[in-house]
Amino acid sequence: MRHLKATTFLIAAALAAPALAQQEGGRLDIVVQPEPPGLMLGLVQNGPTQLVSGDIYEGLLRYNTDLEPQPGLAESWEISEDGLTYTFKLHDGVTWHDGEPFTSADVVFSADVFLRETHARLRSSLAYVDSIEAPDDRTVVFNLKEPFGPFINAFEVGTMPIVPKHIYEGTDYATNEMNATPIGTGPFKFDEWVKGSHIHLVKNEDYYIDGLPHLDEIFYRVIPDAAARAVAFETGEVDVLPGGSVENWDVPRLTEMDGVCSTGKGWEFFAPHAWMWLNNREGPTADQKFRQAIMYALDREFVKDVVWNGFGTVATGPISSKTNFYSDDVTIYDHNPEKAKALLEEMGYDGEPVRVLPLPYGETWQRWAEAVRQNLSEVGINVEIDSTDVAGWNEKTSQWDYDMAFTYLYQYGDPALGVSRNYVASQISKGSPWNNVEGYENPELDEKWEAAATMVKPEDREAAYAEIQKEIVDDVPVAWLLELEFPTIYRCEVKNLVTTAIGVNDGPRDAWIEE
Amino acid sequence: MQVLTAIVGRLVKAFLTLLAIAILNFFLLHAAPGDPAVVLAGEAGAADEQMIEQLRERFGLDQPLYVQLGKYVWGILQFDLGYSFRQGAPVSELIADRLPATLLLTMTAFGISLVCGIAVGVAAAARVGKPSDTILTTLALLFYATPLYWLALMAVLVFSVWLGWLPGFGYETVGANYTGLERMLDILKHLILPALTLGLFFMSVYMRMTRASMLEVSQLDFVKTAKAKGLSGPAIRRRHILRNAILPVVTLAGLQAGQLVGGAVLTETVFAWPGIGRLMFESLAARDYNTILGVFIVSAAMVIFFNIVTDLVYRIVDPRIGATA
Repeated sequence: MRHLKATTFLIAAALAAPALAQQEGGRLDIVVQPEPPGLMLGLVQNGPTQLVSGDIYEGLLRYNTDLEPQPGLAESWEISEDGLTYTFKLHDGVTWHDGEPFTSADVVFSADVFLRETHARLRSSLAYVDSIEAPDDRTVVFNLKEPFGPFINAFEVGTMPIVPKHIYEGTDYATNEMNATPIGTGPFKFDEWVKGSHIHLVKNEDYYIDGLPHLDEIFYRVIPDAAARAVAFETGEVDVLPGGSVENWDVPRLTEMDGVCSTGKGWEFFAPHAWMWLNNREGPTADQKFRQAIMYALDREFVKDVVWNGFGTVATGPISSKTNFYSDDVTIYDHNPEKAKALLEEMGYDGEPVRVLPLPYGETWQRWAEAVRQNLSEVGINVEIDSTDVAGWNEKTSQWDYDMAFTYLYQYGDPALGVSRNYVASQISKGSPWNNVEGYENPELDEKWEAAATMVKPEDREAAYAEIQKEIVDDVPVAWLLELEFPTIYRCEVKNLVTTAIGVNDGPRDAWIEE
Repeated sequence: MQVLTAIVGRLVKAFLTLLAIAILNFFLLHAAPGDPAVVLAGEAGAADEQMIEQLRERFGLDQPLYVQLGKYVWGILQFDLGYSFRQGAPVSELIADRLPATLLLTMTAFGISLVCGIAVGVAAAARVGKPSDTILTTLALLFYATPLYWLALMAVLVFSVWLGWLPGFGYETVGANYTGLERMLDILKHLILPALTLGLFFMSVYMRMTRASMLEVSQLDFVKTAKAKGLSGPAIRRRHILRNAILPVVTLAGLQAGQLVGGAVLTETVFAWPGIGRLMFESLAARDYNTILGVFIVSAAMVIFFNIVTDLVYRIVDPRIGATA
């Protein structure tokens, strides 16, 4: 634990604080995998970038693990009765890391100019926004064209990172030199990036919340091999393994070590949901009965227990139980090979082989594909596994060149943000693997998805989504597999590490180390 | 004058070869499935047509292939390897950042394997048929046959996790801010495991080759003559046998030297060594065309350079080659 001593002891001793008080200082080493391509969160929104840059940049709001909004850069907010006006009161005394004051003009620039151009996911929410105004330095108002229930979930740091207007206005964002030394308002400042080795962040001494952050510095360590990452944790080189950093079979071994804690929390906002796209356009998978047969043929409990070492939950439908408006009042597909065989016979399946495209994210996914092949061959479906790398997977799925393809996607707290895009016909578009790739078309349901998104009252939305889930689960446009769980593994001395629905991605603002 | 013409001829040939390699690589990469814009957009977890188009335009992928090639070749002619849009930096800068770490690793491994391999090979040849020769040859075979990846993990497990003697990964102690001699020692400590792992394989190859070549040469007539002249055993081995037996080893060393830049991907991955092999691998996964092409060109240049060096070394080791060529 040589990293964790540093100044912690001295300061703690000087304060002579009671046993449970937060101790100041110390260093945290966190694995980041793979190395992020860049740290400017407004331009790059992949997982590793958000992990690191979530400490540097901030959003207007944060969300607790029940997905309730909490203050971020905005200290308070108000939604009008008609659901059309969102008014945010910004924190006083916030400065950018280069000393410039942060004002409402930065928010307007970020949401209305910068991110509209660079952030595809936010852009679809901004389509509901009519105008964004800054009546004074500390107030921002979003005026919507029509009510959009999930809008309140769009202010997290990865969805709407607030970027400095004084640095980016009028420049070519992609090649702005400041991208290499990002300037945010967050609790930690960028210090150094040694490519291939580590990224160093230091405490923001001028952070606007008194007493935060507690830590002096954070090192994000780049270790490309999963086994080496496990060793790095074992030997005390790193203190935190964010979810998914090590292979699943290493998780029990590491969490059983002395002084090691783990938590499944901190993924509620993302709620990673895994399924297989079933090509609805052609081949046997175009037949609803075949798709239902697949659901009955799969032993998803087995995969959860064996391939995922018990982590996760079997998915009941398109919406994760962690996401708002989940309903379990749907047809449940148990492992029932006989029923699967009966369905196949009913449809007259002739043994035409189907290709399965695994997700090229490591050994776990490869094994999962093997398990699927075994399950399906037990009911008489011929399966060929069609392996490729990440770029090849992107190409094949976005060009619809597959029969069944593994994927998992984040849900961002609300079905209208992260679920409906996978099932509505308007989201069928070649070239992207993040939309309705399976080619499912159901005009009646499309209308219901659309209506549910724009209802004002949460209870109306609840009822609408319950109906949608009931119907779509019978149709099986895709084969829902698991609500994934990626435990965060860390040393127990690290306190308050995961406090929000995006966990370590929010930056260890509140974390402290107990000596 | 003749030598000068020969050298200029070699350089022109080398340059043309390099250019041909660059063009071939360009087509090979573009023939592989995958698109850097889709990969980058995909990592964001969301993408619409507007975003993909924006990225393709930024990457220059919206232009016809021959225009892209033309621009690329024009850049190379001006020693410009292009810009990595994925990483937001010139490719030459990315490579220059990583090159020192890789060269330190591969050259150390190269040095260890060459020196130790030849020494052990000579020793084994001198004791041919004896138990010590059998032990050395068996060990060499073992290291030759063991996959590098496994060997690396075992080295980490034993020396880093169990014994705690050496750091298991990385280039230096992160955040220690050592300077001068302290830093050098720190880097050296980090270098031992990866360099030995990488070196063992080639060491066993050199050892086996030196031994076999020594045995072959020692059967030749001039060795008998040397013995008849009454020269001592070590003197014959060093001055007569080794000098003649070393040629195939030089050839092999030339080949290995060519791989100094791109030949350590596995070692760099397991030991988290911030080198160029990893840069290449990660760029390939992301289809970061300019960066991969840049790394390929630098490693091709190394291969060509060391081919020329090997030829020169031949002439020094065996003056007959210079006379006839």
